[in-house]
Amino acid sequence: MNSLYYQKRLSRNIGDKFFTSLSVICALIAILPLIFLVTYILIKGGSQITPELFTLEPNPPGDDLDAGGINPALIGTLIITTIASIIAIPVGVGGGIYLAEYSKGGAFPRFIRFGVNVLAGVPSIIAGVFIYALIVSTKILFGSMYSGLAGGMALSILMLPTVIKTTDEGLKLVPNELRYASLGVGASMYTTILKVTLPSAFRSIATGVVLGIARAAGETAPLIFTALFSYYYITGFGDLFYEMGSLAVLIYNFALEPYDAQNKLAWAASFILVLSILSVNIFSRILAAFTEKTKRV
Amino acid sequence: MEEKLTLFKNRKRFGIEKNIDIIFKNTALVLSSFVAIILLGIILVVFFQSFESFSRYGLKFLVTSEWNPVKDEYGAFTAIYGTLVTSFLSLLITIPLGVGTAIFITEDFVPKVVREIIGSFVELLAAIPSVVLGLWAIFVLEPFFRAFFVFLHNFFGWIPLFSTEPTGRNSLLAILILVVMLLPIVTSIARDSLNQVPKKLRNAAYGIGASRWKTIFSVILPAALSGIMAGVLLALGRAMGETMAVTMIIGNSNAFSWSLLSPGYTISSMLANQFGEADGSQVSSLFYAAFVLMILSLVVNIFAQWLVKKFSLKY
Repeated sequence: MNSLYYQKRLSRNIGDKFFTSLSVICALIAILPLIFLVTYILIKGGSQITPELFTLEPNPPGDDLDAGGINPALIGTLIITTIASIIAIPVGVGGGIYLAEYSKGGAFPRFIRFGVNVLAGVPSIIAGVFIYALIVSTKILFGSMYSGLAGGMALSILMLPTVIKTTDEGLKLVPNELRYASLGVGASMYTTILKVTLPSAFRSIATGVVLGIARAAGETAPLIFTALFSYYYITGFGDLFYEMGSLAVLIYNFALEPYDAQNKLAWAASFILVLSILSVNIFSRILAAFTEKTKRV
Repeated sequence: MEEKLTLFKNRKRFGIEKNIDIIFKNTALVLSSFVAIILLGIILVVFFQSFESFSRYGLKFLVTSEWNPVKDEYGAFTAIYGTLVTSFLSLLITIPLGVGTAIFITEDFVPKVVREIIGSFVELLAAIPSVVLGLWAIFVLEPFFRAFFVFLHNFFGWIPLFSTEPTGRNSLLAILILVVMLLPIVTSIARDSLNQVPKKLRNAAYGIGASRWKTIFSVILPAALSGIMAGVLLALGRAMGETMAVTMIIGNSNAFSWSLLSPGYTISSMLANQFGEADGSQVSSLFYAAFVLMILSLVVNIFAQWLVKKFSLKY
């Protein structure tokens, strides 16, 4: 009779309790860093935010009184990420279209999908090394060595696998009936893709691409010897061919400076970078959850 | 009748449209092959740039730790050792933590809303740039753990791993920051593969009287093992290639030491540190180191993919 009730002292129940608490501890340890990190950055970085931060050039380290602002780095990040997107999005979406719409199995698409996964696993610094060897050291871009353009190219290598993958997977989710219907009324293949399948997969592709851009914006390793760093305002188109600063490299350079003023600038830049990346992530998450719900209805 | 015929005429596909169709398809084909071109390009370029150093030092490069641009002597043993040690040890800490968290998220200990929030929290951790983690490690993690490292050295100093006096940045801090970076990868992949285990298996185990954790250990985890393994390997690849946070906190010293409490080096941090200022045969040696790193991460990644292909769709 007694055995029908839950018995606390039973070894299996004690063991269960033990492992349950162990997994709770694991989960707590897993989220603690994020909470610490985000609150610390919000407090430490947020307190450094001033209007001048967005308009001034950073002062070279050594002058401990005033570090200046991060305007060139902020604009540089925008420009370099834009260049990377301009290269990676058309190539990636095009490649994804081929994989999802045209390939019918076989060695080539399998090899490409494999290559996408391998490229996604290539260390980001290797992308920098590659662009350094190909573009920076050869001065192939009109004689310029370190340049924002080279930095954007290095970043585009990192974005490419993400874009291809999200396009491929987004298109595969489009029901075949849509394609049949379009082809059935006499549309050609490219009209079907451009007017029917791509628009209906647009939201999922866009979400993946935006997340990829957000990730690229925070990448540092490919930039430290392709785009290098610059203390000066970006004034015109020609600056693309010269060293260009970015928020990520600014954080790296100024974190290692022994001066407090530069360190504070690094925190401020981190605040802006983390805040924008996290808000893009949270926003796209909410959007994805929202569309999932509306689809089910 | 007349009207119908013109309509029919308009519906006929023109030659030009056919051509556009073919061009479109071939453009997509070319764009997709860019991936292969870039991948092969990376491998070939890094290999050929490292050729000079490779032919001069051969495999000796891998086992000597002299790195002296003045004497033109190069060996990357310290960096290779550092890469392997930091990535394996960080993985050793991450696996139980990540799998434990994944189990917590997939079981029903707490309401679903709470679990989803924790899950997305962990995934947001993956979105934080590694350079910011490095900054945080320098100014928060290092002071926080300083007393603990002194304690480690005082009580366990007889173990070679803790045999040096802790002075600021060191390999152990790099391992800790790597744990923070790997945790989201292992957790989210482990969670996905745990979720894919069919409910039938769990019900069957409960039905014959297994307790919750007996079920997890003997049924659920073995069924999800291949997916978890693949996640672990992906995390290993990421750990080996991780650059910024590690470079900022590992101390960047090429002097070889068994101790985790002394400054160390990894291949990627060596590249980040020296590539900008290197010239002559140093560049070639750095390319050689980069080649080693690439081969290491390629092998791990390809093995992970093979594992996924081989063991997925079991149920």
